[in-house]
Amino acid sequence: MSRTWLRLGNLAVALILILAACTAGGSSGAPAGSAAAAKGAIKIWYSNNAEEVAWGKAVIAAWNKDHADEQVTGEEIPAGKSSEEVIGASITAGNTPCLIFNTAPAAVPQFQKAGGLVALDDFADGASYIKDRTGDRADQYKFTDGKFYQMPWKTNPVMIFYNKKVFTKAGLATDNPPLKTYDEFLATAKTLVAKGGVQAAIWPSPTAEFYQPWFDFYPLFIAQSGGKQLVEGGEPQFTSPEGLAVANFWKSMYDAKLAPNEAYQGDSFADQKAAMAIVGPWAIAVYGGKVDWGAVPVPTKDGMDAKDVHTFSDEKSIGMYTSCKNRGTAWEFLKFATNKENDGQLLTLTGQMPMRADVVTDFPDYFQKNPEYQQFADAASRTVEVPIVPNSVEVWQTFRTAYSESVIFGKTPIDTAFKDAADKIKTLVSGS
Amino acid sequence: MAVAAAGRRGRMRRLIGRDPIGYAFIAPYVLFLAGLFGYPLLLALYISFFDYFFAAPGAVVDRPFVGLRNYQQILGDPVFQKALLNVAEFIIINVPLTVVLSLVLASALNAKLPFRTFFRTSYYIPYVTASVAVIGVWLWFFNGSGLLNGVLGPLAPKPAWLVNEFWAMPIIALVVTWKQLGFYVLLYLAALQNIPRELYEAAEVDGAGIVRRFLAITVAEVRPATTLVVILATIVGANLFTEPYLLTGGGGPNGASMSPVLLMYREGIEQGHAGYAAAIGAVLAIGVMAISAVNRFVLERE
Repeated sequence: MSRTWLRLGNLAVALILILAACTAGGSSGAPAGSAAAAKGAIKIWYSNNAEEVAWGKAVIAAWNKDHADEQVTGEEIPAGKSSEEVIGASITAGNTPCLIFNTAPAAVPQFQKAGGLVALDDFADGASYIKDRTGDRADQYKFTDGKFYQMPWKTNPVMIFYNKKVFTKAGLATDNPPLKTYDEFLATAKTLVAKGGVQAAIWPSPTAEFYQPWFDFYPLFIAQSGGKQLVEGGEPQFTSPEGLAVANFWKSMYDAKLAPNEAYQGDSFADQKAAMAIVGPWAIAVYGGKVDWGAVPVPTKDGMDAKDVHTFSDEKSIGMYTSCKNRGTAWEFLKFATNKENDGQLLTLTGQMPMRADVVTDFPDYFQKNPEYQQFADAASRTVEVPIVPNSVEVWQTFRTAYSESVIFGKTPIDTAFKDAADKIKTLVSGS
Repeated sequence: MAVAAAGRRGRMRRLIGRDPIGYAFIAPYVLFLAGLFGYPLLLALYISFFDYFFAAPGAVVDRPFVGLRNYQQILGDPVFQKALLNVAEFIIINVPLTVVLSLVLASALNAKLPFRTFFRTSYYIPYVTASVAVIGVWLWFFNGSGLLNGVLGPLAPKPAWLVNEFWAMPIIALVVTWKQLGFYVLLYLAALQNIPRELYEAAEVDGAGIVRRFLAITVAEVRPATTLVVILATIVGANLFTEPYLLTGGGGPNGASMSPVLLMYREGIEQGHAGYAAAIGAVLAIGVMAISAVNRFVLERE
């Protein structure tokens, strides 16, 4: 018996060693210099919502018509818990496509660390093309080594959507609702829950995922601080008086049960369980038929003019991945997909704002025909990104944990929780 | 010559066995185990000693050997300690509940009930239904304005069940017990059908009542099945992921339902600390093996 087991064990170990030897020596990526000029067929992934699929197919068809030797094939990003998880696995497996038109800026540092992303500065006109198209905001997309590992593509500047029917029912103005200052917002929220027939005034997801602050704390922090990122120059910014004011505002909302600390299953705004939501213009097409909506900038402590309010970008970038052999074609296609004509096509089909320096001037006809998108286009010029720093996801998770325990569940004082989180985050962004 | 040849044959036989063809029969499964279980297991152990992260093939990255540092860090990490306590709470509730409920239900379903097949199928359905699908139902049941609180009225806990630090883990334990019950009922049903009827008849003649018969015969006779149920339920409990991920929104409220496997996912997949996550996996595997060994020792001793 024992000898049989010994034999089986030997066989198993031998097989494992063979497998390990087979997998240890992976193929190496193409050398940067030659690959940057190489041309030929490439593959790309785009997002899986119907509008972006339609856009992707149209752009590929237009390119392929004139580039018989550099054909582009497009596919939807494979399904997974999140696109970032799928892309991360694909980098490790070495089978990423050349371009992914849905790369989240917060994931870029991790993909870069994994050796998965091509610095677009490798191309002679790489940095200049990005800066010419995007303007000053392009700098927010540089990694700490000063390079662009992503091309800023489209933004969904977030604002407060409100349900006009609920506001009317609560006896509140619908044209210029009192939502500018924290005091106004709180008073309005109380009235909405008392008289508007809704369960919540606003219902941001109170769950623990690292990205949730982008739709509660972060837009208000950006607005209150006049456009600061969570971390700037290696220093966390959220322990400032502005950061604490925003946290205290949200704590008042949770304490008064105007924002529930329990997750809603579904879309609380579309289901008319909440009177307001923090969303970008992608939602217009979704809410259009269901809710009679209006939108205003996020509130600030003492109120600001709409033209001065900065907000979170909710941006998606285009990444070029190191498994790409024909990077010359990939770069040319990337520029083609983000030229004025195709950006206009993206705006028309999806309602999302191309990351152009002045989207209103570039597409005047569209905004004339679709005035409801105008204020989002105005806000698009004042968007702020997540900081592109090492350990980005862990930075956000650390912040979310501190925010959950102090603001959402009120277990610890805000200043203590934020200070502890800031100390940890400072170490994380230093790359250690 | 002949002696030498016989000696060689003897050595060969000792080396490869009397019927080497047997290797060909077991090879597919050994390959399967080695490729999909052995190799990942060894690789996970290996990367737990490095500051490891997943990288593109051929990428030049620095993943230094750190010895036991990952293990030191996780043992001192309050989030991991909390996750271990949470899963211990889960196992303490879930395992005894599973054993008692599945044995009682199996005994009932083993009796000559009307619609017996219907009931047997009904208990099995949750087990074969995807967690993602059934969790939606439980969310509606337990949330603040859900069915349960509607029934309880002023007696409902505040905050509501799933955002209540005291109740979050017991609720998850209940939901998982319900979900897995069908499988364990099936195990017990198989064991029950092996108990000779004569034992019950003899006990009845001796004047044993229904409770006495259940405790003295049923419980005693299904003890090997109980060992299996306890060990499997412990392993399933230690691997808890989907319920805290979906039911309590990522291990909430405030980390009260964080599980070690959810932490592994967060660290290894979301945050790119594969070495750290692998060390959590190794500690968890050792812990589960130790608990299973104790269970087996306690339950199987004569």
